[in-house]
This record gives sequence, C-alpha cells and structure tokens, in this order.
Amino acid sequence: MSEKQSPSSSAHQAQLERYRQLVDRLSPKSKLGQGVFRAFWVGGAICCLGQALLELGRGPLGMTNTAASTFCSTVLVALTALLTGLGVFDKIGQYAGAGAFVPISGFANAMVSPAMEFRREGLVLGLGGKLFTIAGPVLVWGISASVIVGVLYALFPW
Amino acid sequence: MFWSFVKAFLVGGAICAIGEVLVLKTRLTPARILVGCIVLGVILSAVGLYGPLADFAGAGATVPLTGFGHALVTGVKRAVDEIGFMGAFTGGLTSTAAGIAAAVFFGTMMALLFKPRGKE
Repeated sequence: MSEKQSPSSSAHQAQLERYRQLVDRLSPKSKLGQGVFRAFWVGGAICCLGQALLELGRGPLGMTNTAASTFCSTVLVALTALLTGLGVFDKIGQYAGAGAFVPISGFANAMVSPAMEFRREGLVLGLGGKLFTIAGPVLVWGISASVIVGVLYALFPW
Repeated sequence: MFWSFVKAFLVGGAICAIGEVLVLKTRLTPARILVGCIVLGVILSAVGLYGPLADFAGAGATVPLTGFGHALVTGVKRAVDEIGFMGAFTGGLTSTAAGIAAAVFFGTMMALLFKPRGKE
C-alpha cells in the first residue's frame, strides 16, 4: 500500500480502518466468551463425573470418604490416560481448553502426552524422564509449598 | 444427591472458567497454569478458605488441580497433628499418593501401549 492516496481511496481506507478496529474490539470478547463457556461446561461435566464416582464409592461400593476420593481421582486419571492414548483427549482439550486441563485430567494428560511423544528416545530418559515434563514442575512447587505450610503449622498451629 | 451434582458442576465449571480467562488473557503456558492452580490451592487451603468450599462443592472443588493443593495441605496438617514436626515432610505426599501413583502408572502403561499420532 502506498502512502499517497486519493481522497476517495483514503475515505475507503478510513472505513476499512474503522472496520478493523471494530473487529479488534469485538472478536477477542466473543472468543473469550466462547472459550469460557466451553471451559465452564466441560470442566463442570468432568467434576460431575468425579462426583458420581465419589457417590458410587461411598454408596454401592461401601468405601470410606478417603477411599472414595482416592477411587475418584484414580479412575479419572486412568480414564484420561486412556483417552490421551487413543488421541481423544487432545480433541477435548482443543475444544475446552482450561475445562480439560484444570481438572485432574489435565495432570494425567500432561504426563501421558510427553511420555508417548518421547518414548522413541528410550524407555528410561525418553518415557521415564519426559513423563515429568509438566508434572515435575507441578510436584516441585506443590510439594515445596505444602512443606512450607506444614513447617508453619508445626511451629504455629492454627 | 441431585444438588451435590449441581454444586459440583457449578463450582468445578467456575474454577475451570477462571482458568480459561487466565489462559486467554495472559497467554500463560499450560505448565504455568497447572503450577499456579496447585500453589493457589495450597495457599487458599492454608488460610482456611478451601476447606469450606470442598465441603460445599465436593468433587467440584477436589477434582480441579486447586483441590490437589488442598489435599497436600490437609495431608500435611493431619500428619503434623499425628507425628509432629516431621509430618510437614510426610503428609503432603501421603494424601496425594494415589493420584500421583495412578498418573505415573497409567501414564507409563499408555505410553507403552499407544504410539503418538501425527498432528493432522
């Protein structure tokens, strides 16, 4: 595009510019709205599945509360690992974003995905090492933060 | 029973929606979002805010990764109550052992079973 423009074309340019501003102003919002809506309902659905597993554990399976919540996270993790292996979880992730990654399914997916990807680099450093590409930082910071809380709690119980 | 599902859906969905806003607004990488969730869960649990939320929403609060942080803190506090100072080092992993072991085990099995797909 040249710098010099005839009046009519500059009016056209101004119109295009206004249109571009309008697009910029409106599109991120609708993208945000859509993304948040998808994250909300998929994330909510995963938590509902978790709630169903909890109730199943506490009721028909006769588990204690602790065992039921263990059952719930174990099944969700196993299911996510399977869906990741089958390539289905990636599609759910593309659709739902944080709705798929913020629940514990995201933790499981973050381990299985790189482990599959880097398996060709060997079973020890490839699979075994890359399993912790994302889970590693999560464990490092989670455990460190919890030890700080534990030390504080031991010194100044509240 | 029905309401426990409604509460799990609404609270769990809301936590994920907040996560999505952070993803879209800040372009944080997934690893940072996950780490942020855990640390936020640890902090909220330590100051006593996450416990009531977990009592209210059940799986809606415990399934998101903030609940993982909450599990770390409840485990640490329980262990400190039971065995004293050293509980600060044992409690977190004790209470989250199942989730971590399941993720490691099933992750390994699936990585052995399946080949990665090319990005279409």
